[in-house]
Amino acid sequence: MRNNSKAIRIIIYVGLVFWLLVNLFPVYWMFTFSLKSNAEIFGENVVGLPREWLWSNYATALKTGNMGRYFLNSAIVAVATIIITLLVALMATFALTRMIWKRQKKMNRFFMLGLTIPIHASIVPVYVTLSRLHLLNTYFALIIPYSAFSLSMGILVCTGFMNEIPRELDEAACIDGCGTWGVFWRIIVPLMKPAVATVGIYTFLQCWNELMFANIFISKSDLRTLPVGVQALSGQYTTEWGPIGAALVLATFPMLFIYIFLSKKIQDSFIAGAIKG
Amino acid sequence: MKKLYSNKWLILIFLLPALILFCGVLIAPIGASFYFSLFNWKGIGPMKFIGLENYKELFTSNSIGFLKALGNALILAALSVFIQLPLALALALALGKKIKGERTFLAVYFMPVLISTVVIGQLWLKIYNPDYGILNVFLRSIGLESWAKIWLGTKQTAFGAVLVPILWQYVGYHMLLLYAGVKSVPPELLEAGMLDGASNWQINRYIVLPSIKPIIRISVIFAVTGSLKSFDMIYVLTNGGPMHATEVPSTLMISMLFLRNRYGMGSAIAVILILLCFGFALLINLIFRESEE
Repeated sequence: MRNNSKAIRIIIYVGLVFWLLVNLFPVYWMFTFSLKSNAEIFGENVVGLPREWLWSNYATALKTGNMGRYFLNSAIVAVATIIITLLVALMATFALTRMIWKRQKKMNRFFMLGLTIPIHASIVPVYVTLSRLHLLNTYFALIIPYSAFSLSMGILVCTGFMNEIPRELDEAACIDGCGTWGVFWRIIVPLMKPAVATVGIYTFLQCWNELMFANIFISKSDLRTLPVGVQALSGQYTTEWGPIGAALVLATFPMLFIYIFLSKKIQDSFIAGAIKG
Repeated sequence: MKKLYSNKWLILIFLLPALILFCGVLIAPIGASFYFSLFNWKGIGPMKFIGLENYKELFTSNSIGFLKALGNALILAALSVFIQLPLALALALALGKKIKGERTFLAVYFMPVLISTVVIGQLWLKIYNPDYGILNVFLRSIGLESWAKIWLGTKQTAFGAVLVPILWQYVGYHMLLLYAGVKSVPPELLEAGMLDGASNWQINRYIVLPSIKPIIRISVIFAVTGSLKSFDMIYVLTNGGPMHATEVPSTLMISMLFLRNRYGMGSAIAVILILLCFGFALLINLIFRESEE
């Protein structure tokens, strides 16, 4: 019996290690071929470490490939989206959980519809509206839709955290002469730090990797975000794999770098986003 | 304080930004999409009302290939539920057993979810490359020359080749959700099971699975609606080709809109996708509720 269960444990372990390698290999391969020459990638040295470390691939990706610019664009869009999502979600959650009015529950459920609405619903109408307002090919064309689609998740997470703040705090602040705005800014918002981190991380990941809107609402090459930029770059460099590899690494490493330090927090924000719904 | 918090104007001010954003970008466009889908419209110029003709054409025209695209999305949904989820569940159960290196396994398995699908798609393009891709290089090196194929360029293999990275990328996502569920099963329950002499298998089957049913339900909903909406990976790998072999509703919608300028038809596809997503979410909820009774 004991031998049997030990055998099963070993089989499970082998399976887990196998899947670990399946997940690590593409990233390892990406890092190594980003530093290789075509000759190495195409035959001499397909999966080994690079023999000659060709950092020039990175220079090509940054200069000719314009990756620095795409990086900046993605960062601007992501930061603006996070700020707007958080501000709007915190305000709405305050009205939904703390203030006193009828139909709060209904309104909350209305916002939660956003968790199931596919972005396809918005493509044509938002495209037409943005083009009439001459907002296509601006950062706003991405920031506004991204914020709107992150909002439901933001309200969901904020509601959970805000309900845990004791209402006596509001009373005390009130007696000390705080108005509604004062309570919101000085008492509630500072206590919402964990929610802010969760929503911020989740929103960041959503807009950093988004492709469909970014592809359609932006056609000017100077305003492209990373996913679209990488896609365009690989169309230009079909025969040279090194610089493409470098571009892929440049688009990925900030994410992986943050993930190394915040893996628990990032995982938790995904769990919160799915399960509390 | 009650008076302060019941101020109608203040409530409105706090809610207004969210309402404008939410209704403007999500709710109103659903109605607008449905409205556009009733017209023949090139995006500019006059709109011609044609009733449900766009829908009729989608479901009857062979040249558009919408039914094929829908079929592909449904195959993807089925494979997600019956291959991706069981794999994720197996990993979650294994990791839930306090195995050595639990956190490392978890972190690595979840990593592909964080990497942009464009990046992962580009990597797989290189893996599938007919001349230099590691798949064919590997097959040739072990003497299976004849198995080497133009994976993404051949009608017979393209859809299968696209499915592999799509299914692979999100195993980690479902594993994370299910793992969180497995970890939240009260330890007393597990101990009670062990005291009663239940085997590992029995504990999983009769204690863990029933307690994480709500999370399995969420995973199934995400897997199915995510498959119906799938776009990124297919757009990068094949963009629906060759000869519509890998077409899904989203890629078809985008080419209707921005290659052929058929905004009415594109909107009709969007409306069908919205209905399918809501419909399947409701259906799955219903199935899980039935099974609980």
